[in-house]
Amino acid sequence: MASRRVSSLLSRSLISSSSLFSLRGKDPLLNRGARRYSNLAASLEDTITPPVKVEHTQLLINGKFVDSASGKTFPTLDPRTGEVIAQVAEGDVEDVNRAVVAARKAFDQGPWPRMTAYERSKILFRFADLIEKHNDEIAALETWDNGKPYEQSANIEVPMLARVFRYYAGWADKIHGMTVPGDGSHHVQTLHEPIGVAGQIIPWNFPLLMLSWKLGPALACGNTVVLKTAEQTPLSALLVGRLLHEAGLPEGVVNIVSGFGPTAGAAIASHMDIDKVAFTGSTDVGKIILELASKSNLKAVTLELGGKSPFIVCEDADVDQAVEMAHFALFFNQGQCCCAGSRPFVQERVYDEFVEKAKARAINRAVGDPFKSGIEQGPQVDSEQFEKILKYIRHGVDSGATLQAGGDRHGSKGYYIQPTVFSDVKDDMLIAKDEIFGPVQTILKFKNLDEVIARANNSRYGLAAGVFTQNLDTANRLMRALRVGSVWINCFDVFDATIPFGGYKMSGIGREKGIYSLNNYLQVKAVVTSIKNPAWL
Amino acid sequence: MAARSRVSSLLSRSFSASSPFLSRSQGRNLNNGSRIVRRFGTSSAAEEVISPSVQVSYTKLLIDGNFVDAASGKTFPTLDPRTGEVIAHVAEGDAEDINRAVKAARKAFDEGPWPKMTAYERSRVMLRFADLVEKHSEELAALESWDNGKTYEQALTAEIPMVARLFRYYAGWADKIHGLTVPADGNYHVQTLHEPIGVAGQIIPWNFPLLMFAWKVGPALACGNTIVLKTAEQTPLTAFYVGKLFLEAGLPPGVLNIVSGFGATAGASLASHMDVDKLAFTGSTDTGKVILGLAANSNLKPVTLELGGKSPFIVFEDADIDKAVELAHFALFFNQGQCCCAGSRTYVHEKVYDEFVEKAKARALKRVVGDPFKKGIEQGPQIDSKQFEKVMKYIRSGVESNATLECGGGQVGDKGYFIQPTVFSNVKDDMLIAQDEIFGPVQSILKFSDVDEVIKRANDTRYGLAAGVFTKSLDTANRVSRALKAGTVWVNCFDVFDAAIPFGGYKMSGNGREKGIYSLNNYLQVKAVVTPLNNPAWI
Repeated sequence: MASRRVSSLLSRSLISSSSLFSLRGKDPLLNRGARRYSNLAASLEDTITPPVKVEHTQLLINGKFVDSASGKTFPTLDPRTGEVIAQVAEGDVEDVNRAVVAARKAFDQGPWPRMTAYERSKILFRFADLIEKHNDEIAALETWDNGKPYEQSANIEVPMLARVFRYYAGWADKIHGMTVPGDGSHHVQTLHEPIGVAGQIIPWNFPLLMLSWKLGPALACGNTVVLKTAEQTPLSALLVGRLLHEAGLPEGVVNIVSGFGPTAGAAIASHMDIDKVAFTGSTDVGKIILELASKSNLKAVTLELGGKSPFIVCEDADVDQAVEMAHFALFFNQGQCCCAGSRPFVQERVYDEFVEKAKARAINRAVGDPFKSGIEQGPQVDSEQFEKILKYIRHGVDSGATLQAGGDRHGSKGYYIQPTVFSDVKDDMLIAKDEIFGPVQTILKFKNLDEVIARANNSRYGLAAGVFTQNLDTANRLMRALRVGSVWINCFDVFDATIPFGGYKMSGIGREKGIYSLNNYLQVKAVVTSIKNPAWL
Repeated sequence: MAARSRVSSLLSRSFSASSPFLSRSQGRNLNNGSRIVRRFGTSSAAEEVISPSVQVSYTKLLIDGNFVDAASGKTFPTLDPRTGEVIAHVAEGDAEDINRAVKAARKAFDEGPWPKMTAYERSRVMLRFADLVEKHSEELAALESWDNGKTYEQALTAEIPMVARLFRYYAGWADKIHGLTVPADGNYHVQTLHEPIGVAGQIIPWNFPLLMFAWKVGPALACGNTIVLKTAEQTPLTAFYVGKLFLEAGLPPGVLNIVSGFGATAGASLASHMDVDKLAFTGSTDTGKVILGLAANSNLKPVTLELGGKSPFIVFEDADIDKAVELAHFALFFNQGQCCCAGSRTYVHEKVYDEFVEKAKARALKRVVGDPFKKGIEQGPQIDSKQFEKVMKYIRSGVESNATLECGGGQVGDKGYFIQPTVFSNVKDDMLIAQDEIFGPVQSILKFSDVDEVIKRANDTRYGLAAGVFTKSLDTANRVSRALKAGTVWVNCFDVFDAAIPFGGYKMSGNGREKGIYSLNNYLQVKAVVTPLNNPAWI
């Protein structure tokens, strides 16, 4: 039952509804899927063999797959078991340099910015078609390397990848400069030009979606790219990198370097010939990236960083729907979302009911091998994350929060964690302040709107928020008062290509997706010429 | 005499009839130049110092609507660049004062009236302020000249009116900041709100104190932010004066706080403050890097940087040479050469090179240097002894590296910081004077042979702020406009600074754009708001 529900929900949300991750309140099948996560442990014992081969493990530089200059490799691991999937070329400074030379050439002399925008768009459209053609293969690789459910990859993320690239393909020939009113006899225009070589550093939680958020606008605007994947999840980017070239992308336009942050990542952020860097990851690393940019060539920086997003349930909300969405907001993708609704604030009159139902829903969550049909939750990405989350769970217990469900690892191998729910959480507990990035829901209580606004905003983060209410005044007020980049009202994790995403405060700088994302990859040049005998000014 | 009337008429003409702030002559005036016979060397203007017709009324920090002493009680002297003598002692803001100012700005934003006023009300305050600037333009211009050394005529007829013009421009934006409704992929209503960021920290330079104030304060206020502004220690006076005018115009206390002080103390504490949501800085590239590092190490506030430049001024063989000479002269020497966008690499096509050098030299020799309060003066002193010494050092470097010193090269008079208009020819790309930002009245003229070559050489710099292109060929203009990596390209003109024209740098000349519609982004956050739709009539 559970299995059918999940897959039908996933596919339905793709066909009929909008969002990548949307769920429906009218489907509160909370108790029908009566398999508790602990009963699913058996499924861990036989690890399902992924239906895909690892074909590409080398760096993609100047249109060719090549070994790293050092010849070194690193293992990428299966989060279900901790075993090695493949040895991957380990890019370092030298490889970043090679990639930048290729990207520089493709920009300064090569065809990319000199193609018509229409030609660029056609390559991106062909790439989107190829993604669809290879949907299952890409999804399997993504799940294998990351641990996310295959159904989520195959039915949502990879289709979304094609959708995002079609969105940006459509932008390529719609980038307009302006003509500008002068105060005198001058003709003024602005040119919106590509910046040049973009360095892009993406995380492991949504490897391909983050690739599309980065590559899409950079390519549409005519830039060339050096992209570094996360060391946890290098595989899928190399596969789609090949598809990009199959689609007709000229060599050197997109270069993909697998490797580690302190070596390859730092080399990108501090490179003197990279004109722009975009980074998605933790706030602490974001600060380092910005500092490296400041110390090198002042390249412009876009940051999409951490969050501790409030999910506010007012007493007039549809509680069943709010419970389901709060569960989804937190547990989706094993809790590994920067915008996870990790601070559910529930108004006191409905608090007990909410906690009870949230607990029941968590207990029903289907945990197991992500390749198995019907599984909602796979393993965390690696042992480091796994240990960190367990540490936070112990912290929650130690600080006196009430452990309602979960609290331990799931099974005996790999990095599975039980869906965990804490109630009676206080704002000053570490589990209410830090980004846990795992399946740990911490439910807080509030009395009135003034109070919850102050508490919700009392965070160094400002990425997103959920608001659940039937009251228009409440919705309008909260939507303005919350200092966050996305406010989802009676919904959560709606990630359409057109909707800008990014952070206030220490959740980041700039916006990705939507019209706003183009700014990140364009320079504005004002061109002024004197005019004689103008017919109008 | 002729020189005086020409300069002042040019300035006022450029203001009333033509556009720009800084626009210079039409070709028809050029020949008048030969009638002017006062060479800078003969200038005696520096000998009798004219008393400025203004009193220094405000020397304290403006915090929460009141002028107050620094918490430490310390002051520093601000000097008259004509003499190096003290004009006034000014409160020296430090970390503690920045904290007080941020607290006031925080309150004015979080609780106070500013972002909760209607945009129309905010625009009215700014329009009233513009009126007051005009009403007090003579005092403001005198104060600006006194503190900075720029010519009074320039301050009065070009810069102060431009301050009023900019605030009217931004006042007009206040009620035109629109979010978008956004097409969704399903049953959702999506909108974006363009919200004020919060408390903006702004650090402005000394070369155009009030104009830089306008570029910073204008968009921040129009978008509903509150401000802590740090002035340059060389030029603290005029910002206080207009701060007072802002209060008179009805700006609520705490919305605009002004702290005078030094970069290493007040500036650094602003850049690293955890309660400042945004930082904008104009100044040198080296300091810009420090500012960005402080933002990275504190709260990741977004940073706008407007930094140095070494802007090419390219004269093709088909250009109107007389006009190009005059504008190249203006592009470099304007404001004592103290412009971030100064046309400081003058590339001239080999076929017209000798003629150009000859005329550029003649024009520089005619430049009228002297007390900036004297009528007809084109060039006053450099801002301070440090800049003066730096410029002189670069002149020596030019001579030592074997560029040809066509004219100038020394000090004018024996007090203050006046420097002779200096022209070097036979300058090579690898000379220091062709690479570094000199920020003084030193023109370096380089030779080129063809378009490909000059594009490459013009782009071979860490800077990318602006460029001038002089040609009659449409193909050349179109090609070079796209090829130059610079934020502004002026074709057959230079230093056109209308409020609507964005300004900012490629590469290490900065991040972001000021002025124009683009400047609003610097002071707005984008918030996406998504709600589900039941039975939508359309999607």
